[in-house]
Amino acid sequence: MPVQRIKFYQTGSFAVGNRLLDPDQRSVQADTERTNSLTMGHRACQGCGEALGARYVLDAVMRATGNHAVTVNATGCLEVFSTPFPESSWRVPWLHSLFGNAPAVATGVAAALKAKGRTDVRVVGQGGDGGTVDIGLGCLSGMFERNDDVLYVCYDNGGYMNTGVQRSGATPHGAVTTTTPAGNSFRQGKSLPLIAMAHRIPYVATATVADLRDLEYKATRAMEFHGARYLHVLVPCPLGWRTASSETIQIARLATETGSFPVFEAVDGEVTDVTRIRRLRPVEDYLRPQGRFAHLFGDTPRGDVISSIQAEADRNIRTFGLVETTEVS
Amino acid sequence: MRSQIEGSRAVAETVARCRPEVVCAYPISPQTHIVEALSVLVASGELAPCEFVNVESEFGAMSVAIGASAAGARAYTATASQGLLYMAEALYNASGLGLPIVMTVANRAIGAPINIWNDHSDSMSQRDSGWIQLYAETNQEAADLHVQAFRIAEELSLPVMVCMDGFVLTHAVEGIDVPSQEQVDAFLPPFGPQQVLDPDDPMTIGAMVGPDAFTEVRYLAHAKHLRALEVIPRVADEFATTFWRSSGGLVRPYGCLGADTVVVALGSVLGTVKDTVDELRAEGVSIGVLGLTTFRPFPYDAVRAALRGARRVVVLERALAAGMGGIVTADVCGSVPDKPITTVIAGLGGRPVTKKSLRGLLTDAVADRLEPLTFLDLKHDVVERELS
Ligand SMILES: Cc1ncc(C[n+]2csc(CCOP(=O)(O)OP(=O)(O)O)c2C)c(N)n1
Ligand code: SF4
Ligand SMILES: [Mg+2]
Repeated sequence: MPVQRIKFYQTGSFAVGNRLLDPDQRSVQADTERTNSLTMGHRACQGCGEALGARYVLDAVMRATGNHAVTVNATGCLEVFSTPFPESSWRVPWLHSLFGNAPAVATGVAAALKAKGRTDVRVVGQGGDGGTVDIGLGCLSGMFERNDDVLYVCYDNGGYMNTGVQRSGATPHGAVTTTTPAGNSFRQGKSLPLIAMAHRIPYVATATVADLRDLEYKATRAMEFHGARYLHVLVPCPLGWRTASSETIQIARLATETGSFPVFEAVDGEVTDVTRIRRLRPVEDYLRPQGRFAHLFGDTPRGDVISSIQAEADRNIRTFGLVETTEVS
Repeated sequence: MRSQIEGSRAVAETVARCRPEVVCAYPISPQTHIVEALSVLVASGELAPCEFVNVESEFGAMSVAIGASAAGARAYTATASQGLLYMAEALYNASGLGLPIVMTVANRAIGAPINIWNDHSDSMSQRDSGWIQLYAETNQEAADLHVQAFRIAEELSLPVMVCMDGFVLTHAVEGIDVPSQEQVDAFLPPFGPQQVLDPDDPMTIGAMVGPDAFTEVRYLAHAKHLRALEVIPRVADEFATTFWRSSGGLVRPYGCLGADTVVVALGSVLGTVKDTVDELRAEGVSIGVLGLTTFRPFPYDAVRAALRGARRVVVLERALAAGMGGIVTADVCGSVPDKPITTVIAGLGGRPVTKKSLRGLLTDAVADRLEPLTFLDLKHDVVERELS
């Protein structure tokens, strides 16, 4: 009897079910031996993008380092929901010091490991967007400039969520927060990936929780480099974005498909790879499902704000070449 | 071996012999010579495998030290004044996490108005930060206290600040016996951390503690400081046995026994105070001096014992708590609540505390002619003009 061969028509894309792939192609999360760096029992909201992102990143790092990594965490949701004394959800060595100093603390850990000859142990620093792009920026820039052997991961949910959804330097234009009740009037905020690239550090990448294989890949790739590395992950926050818990992945995908959040890699300060948008959508598709943008579509629609957000997305698309263009001569 | 050497240099060489594994540096006068000297020693390879990290701020310096110490390395940094305040948040964090970091504070005033000269405003502002605070009287003691500081810090898992007067000590060249490597090695064992970030034994450090346990955490922090009151004099005794000279400890009474008046002070001003007191004693005045080497934890019992026979106490302070008065006075009061205490605010922002002024002051003190809060050498015409 002829053997029925199943056609893995999705092989090569990230969408294929893990069980159908060769073991070496399966995700870190598919591995029953994975670290489960951030394990069950933590207090994150349902559908928290940050909890999801952190587990994927750290499990990938742990696999890449043969379980030889140490984590330094800034104050923020991720820290608070994971370590209510006397409990901890961390299955990795984990240190929390302050809100604004995680990159420097990570530098200290790396320096100590170097002095002790433990070069087999790698260091990951992590924090929210507030801890990273605002209060921790000085320490982070110092860490980049010295090219310390640290991977720093920012989980960007566009606001100070732990303290009740206030505006941060990463809050997108137009978004309502508890300190921008009429919508954030500033424009693009600051692009920390670009700031990181300006330091010409070995590796900078962006990712979202919509494409978890890509996130794992980038966390893994980051560990192939030595020196300062930066990973910026878009992590929707159902509480702050006023979205349903079940929509986290979908919303993150819309952020990339509208050009609102460019996904790319950069080596030594130059963009080396860009995730192209397969089906470009207007930013409205991304904004409309989120309660934090509801005022743009209310009784007095704010077409002006929407078109300026669209213009920012268009600029991302142009700058990073997010859409494949076929030249017609 | 005794050599003519700058105070900063002596401290740097002593710290080097304590074999630090991570040194973080950020410049601020009058501390800078210390980390400059250490950077040279690290660069020469003499200190290998020590890592020298040039940070972007003092907040970064203390944070790097926190990470290094939590990863099991002996960590050191130095600062002063604005720099100490800039790291304030991290200071409380280091003590809360029980990290035995040692730091030199080259005491300097705090602005505004900006002032680079010596007083104790900086370290006094951090007296409640949970750090042990030791004050050096001389450069020899400054050097010696660093060796003891690492021992005390690591035995208790608490950070220690060694305070030495900016410029007056840091920039003074004098004969100092810098502890030799053999002596230091005999006295200071390698750092064996109580908790450490290790992939082979994952541990969560710095968890969120709520109302159910926070009081107990603070109680235990206090208990650790009380234990320090036993450890500090023991370490000083052991130091004396190894190094054949006496440095450190809790307090240094000088002619206190039987003295009617005792002057309490800390830091380098003690030299001038003792000289003045010697003269007065020679003239038959019943007066002694109590030097505070340890200010945190506050050695209540030792101070009480030293002041037992005194009829009046003068506390000479190098800092001022505006709206309150003397910072050290409040603690001395806690030791001897029934004795009359006068606070003298002296030497702010680098104003010299001269023997001449002290002599006049102490003559008034023994005659009970001092205001309860006196400012030494205050230009009364200037302040009165401004206040009128
Ligand atoms: C110095 C300091 N300022 C403010 C705070 C209060 N605070 C704690 S977490 C937080 C917000 C964290 O925001 P982010 O870094 O974006 O992380 P998220 O909670 O959104 O994941 C703030 C403002 C603090 N802990 N320390
Ligand atoms: S507030 Fe947002 S970031 Fe914080 S736990 Fe909830 S979903 Fe996650
Ligand atoms: Mg945030």
